[in-house]
Amino acid sequence: MGKSNRRLDWCFAAGIIALLLLPWYRIERGGFFGFSWLGNFPRGSNEAPGLLQATMHGRWWLWVAIALFAVAILIRVASPQSERRGSWLALIGGLGLGFLALQGLAIGFAGWTWMISENTLGPLSTGQPAMGAGAITLSIIFTLIFSFGMAERGALKGDTFVVGAISLLVLLVSVFVFYPLISMFIGAFQDFDGSFKPDGFLRNIVDPSIWSLNCVIDAGRCGIAWRTFFLAIITALGSTILGLAFALVATRTGFRFKKGLRLLTILPIITPPFVIGLALILLFGRAGVVTLTLSNLFGIEPGRWLYGLTGIWIAQVLSFTPISFLVLIGVVEGVSPSMEEASQTLRANRWRTFWHVSLPLMKPGLANAFLIGFIESMADFGNPLVLGGSHGVLSTEIFFAVVGSQNDPSRAAVLAIVLLCFTLSAFLAQRLWLGRKNFATVTSKGDSGNHAALPRSINIGVHALVIPWAIFTLVVYGMIVAGGFMKTWGLDNSFTLEHYIRAFSIAFTDNGIVWTGVAWNSFWTTMKIALASAPLTAAVGLLTAYLIVRQRFAGRELFEFALMMSFAIPGTVIGISYIMAFNLPPLEMTGTAAILIACFVFRNMPVGVRGGVAAMKQLDQSLDEASLTLRANSFRTIRKVILPLLRPAITAALVYSFVRAITSISAVIFLVSAEYNMATSYIVGLVENGEYGVAIAYSSALIVVMILIIACFQLLVGERRLRRRPEQAGAVLPVPVPEEKAA
Amino acid sequence: MSSTGSVVFQNVRKVFGSFTAIHDLSLTIEPGTLVTLLGPSGCGKTTTLRMLAGLEHPTSGRILIGGKDVTKLPANERDVSMVFQSYALFPHMTAAQNVAYGLASSGLKPKEAVEKAEEGLRLVGLAGLGDRLPSELSGGQQQRVAVARALVLEPQVLLLDEPLSNLDARLRRRVRTEIRDLQQRLGFTAVYVTHDQDEALAVSDRIIVMKDGRIAQEGAPRELYEAPASSFIADFMGEANVMPCDVVGFEDDQAMIRLGALTHRVPRRNVSQPGAAKLAVRPNAIVLEPADKAPFGGVVTHSAYLGDHVEYEVETDAGRLFVIDPAVERMLPATTPVAIAFRNRGIAIITS
Repeated sequence: MGKSNRRLDWCFAAGIIALLLLPWYRIERGGFFGFSWLGNFPRGSNEAPGLLQATMHGRWWLWVAIALFAVAILIRVASPQSERRGSWLALIGGLGLGFLALQGLAIGFAGWTWMISENTLGPLSTGQPAMGAGAITLSIIFTLIFSFGMAERGALKGDTFVVGAISLLVLLVSVFVFYPLISMFIGAFQDFDGSFKPDGFLRNIVDPSIWSLNCVIDAGRCGIAWRTFFLAIITALGSTILGLAFALVATRTGFRFKKGLRLLTILPIITPPFVIGLALILLFGRAGVVTLTLSNLFGIEPGRWLYGLTGIWIAQVLSFTPISFLVLIGVVEGVSPSMEEASQTLRANRWRTFWHVSLPLMKPGLANAFLIGFIESMADFGNPLVLGGSHGVLSTEIFFAVVGSQNDPSRAAVLAIVLLCFTLSAFLAQRLWLGRKNFATVTSKGDSGNHAALPRSINIGVHALVIPWAIFTLVVYGMIVAGGFMKTWGLDNSFTLEHYIRAFSIAFTDNGIVWTGVAWNSFWTTMKIALASAPLTAAVGLLTAYLIVRQRFAGRELFEFALMMSFAIPGTVIGISYIMAFNLPPLEMTGTAAILIACFVFRNMPVGVRGGVAAMKQLDQSLDEASLTLRANSFRTIRKVILPLLRPAITAALVYSFVRAITSISAVIFLVSAEYNMATSYIVGLVENGEYGVAIAYSSALIVVMILIIACFQLLVGERRLRRRPEQAGAVLPVPVPEEKAA
Repeated sequence: MSSTGSVVFQNVRKVFGSFTAIHDLSLTIEPGTLVTLLGPSGCGKTTTLRMLAGLEHPTSGRILIGGKDVTKLPANERDVSMVFQSYALFPHMTAAQNVAYGLASSGLKPKEAVEKAEEGLRLVGLAGLGDRLPSELSGGQQQRVAVARALVLEPQVLLLDEPLSNLDARLRRRVRTEIRDLQQRLGFTAVYVTHDQDEALAVSDRIIVMKDGRIAQEGAPRELYEAPASSFIADFMGEANVMPCDVVGFEDDQAMIRLGALTHRVPRRNVSQPGAAKLAVRPNAIVLEPADKAPFGGVVTHSAYLGDHVEYEVETDAGRLFVIDPAVERMLPATTPVAIAFRNRGIAIITS
């Protein structure tokens, strides 16, 4: 009984601190943790806490929030714990949070943001900066009051922790996934000063440079949307066919290097997305090895054919074939051998069996691989950036619309919306249409037997595809390693350590070690941010997984669907939407480390969720129930029972999010600042300056670092599995989830 | 056991989506008794138990434990504990850690928790095995750890969800005796869920038989077995032949019934009017004699020798009867015409 009141009292104490002792607004200089604000606290109009803002600085609207908070305290003191009190607290909490969000959106630096409120309520004497420590804390407190109230009403079996966790997660996902997307949509209709101006949207949405079909009609160029679309289709086709060939070779033939093939699946996780493009330039660019050799031997003029859709296509097929391979291994193995044996006993030969039984059973899997390839290609940013030149695709065009000379945020938003429509359609097709068509799962339990051998012609065919492509992949990765050690690519191929020295040199001076290499700054930033975001990602992801698997709450399926949908949001779209959402009050985060961390957490969280869901489903639910009936609350249950049993899934999520934070570029490139520059965006900068040597040296160093990290975790997890804990859920690491995105 | 509590359900309903698992359930369990919820799978017995534990909350109605309304209380704040069908022992903790877990959750100091856990293990005869992981214990030992883990919390009510279903037949008999002994020695209230009627008959003070989310019949084991209220209960509590008969008259508390030309006396129960009724007859209450002509007769269609008894199927005018005959020395082959008579026990009029 007392527990509920004690929780509330803590909550109120924190709320009072937020109102009295924390600066209400964001501290511009030095930030909250710089503590330079202490000098002007509590009187300065920027530094004052909430209560003083309302009394002294003319921010009278804050009285509403303060009053709601006071009413909540009154209710707590005046009435004993009951369902009725719960309803009231939930109502107050909801209203308080809603009001804080509303006032933040409605009142900006210069007063009202919306004309309608200025007309009805009159102009304001003062505006307000972005939310700071006080405002954010009070928002969270209101959320907690809401969830404690709901728990007191008996929501979710009265489990306070679960209600609180769900409320906070929904709040976070709304702020960091949906609010940016909505801001972007609004941004498409706005001018810089925030006024409503549909011209930009109207001009861009019909822009022939986006939608023109000239390449079909006559010899002109097609719009960028169509070019991106065609590219995605042929990339998806290429990677699906190659992926299938690899999967068939790996599972249905006596190929000697099968294990080596499996190693391929790890490549897309550790390869920064633009590295393949870079390696292709070293091979086929104007000064590439192949180009120069051909020109020397046969006098073929070095061309620029690589820079454009052809080059992007080759790079993307190289990048995404391993992903498709990974998806299709499961599909090919999932075809029940007894079906094929049945077909053979029915007098069908191998060709007929393959063509009429095996292949049709794989069709949904193939369609799935195709759609993943499509989404990946659409979302890819690194390769088009390096290889695109003037023939960009949607994702790069969005980037240039913001950073380039155009500087047209409305155009960027429109392009982002177009891109989002493409990927979301593919995602919806994948979920709704393919969701119900999985033949691989219909196999019965006692399914034994041997897979039928491939027909001879197909056997030869897949080998003819796989062996050259595997060699090609090896050569490309060889280039990445070798490229860092050559003086000037193509012109002077002598061995040098110059690039590595430039990137990673260290000087020992009297003052200790000085990191003189140009790469160190971004390298350490990357490591710090990856290190900070990995545990957060894993925590948020696994908590979400726990709630989805173990709790039944209203809107659970919608919640899960929305989370999984964020898979299909291209990084570029996230980047542009974060800029549009977090550049102005109520939340200002651009240029900080926090925005990078938030971006990584909510971009990589779905992978943690997926891994967590899979692992959690292997844990008998009666374990948590036993813990609950043994007087442990949900929090203790998670800490003492679920987490220890989920350790493999946790390490997988940690490693994955760490590695992804290092390799991702598409969203990051919008969010980096001079102070917080990430390795990938720094390398892209090097490429743009033509410093290929240093860029490739830095990339290969990153790859080595990531291989080391993965190997370490493999060892750790492997060791644990030697111990006698048979009932432990054994999620093996790292789990490259099929739907992951490389960009 | 410091306290032992009663359990009351008042008009409890539980709905999952469009499926009503429990319809308007009201029941009372006296303190210090062992009550079994018995029924086929899907009858709502486990849902009832889980509502008592707080793992499900009722859609409407009230639940009281020890006189206190706990309807909205979460599982971890209720004074009950549960033994799970799968035992649900935490695989990463030793037996002693498992037993101490609930004590530590209740806020006991670690040292006290360890001491009480040892005591608990001793209570179930596992002293000295506290350092083992669950995977290093046999099925029966795991089960006892689960019981100890629940008992050390000294709950007002102990809940047992099919606690024997993962044990082999021999062990099952021993463990159920142990559980019953423990319950009678310590005097706690226990609610026991099972689908096995032998188990229910063996351990219970009272049995509540459930069907389709409702109570079908409630009573002492003997009452249920000997005076089933319906053909469902008659068939569920051990096998029974249900056949139509005519009530022709009453004599004190006895009713005269007629089957073909055979008349027989059975306890009257609540039958007041002569006329058509139903009769539930246990397979071992039927006596077969080879005879060409009989007041009520039939023909053996199958017979099977099972060591200590013979099983017959007999085709009669009242339908096919299943008969168990201990007279193995005289086995009647198929096609033998037989006269059918009834013993005085194991036969009852049923009203529905």
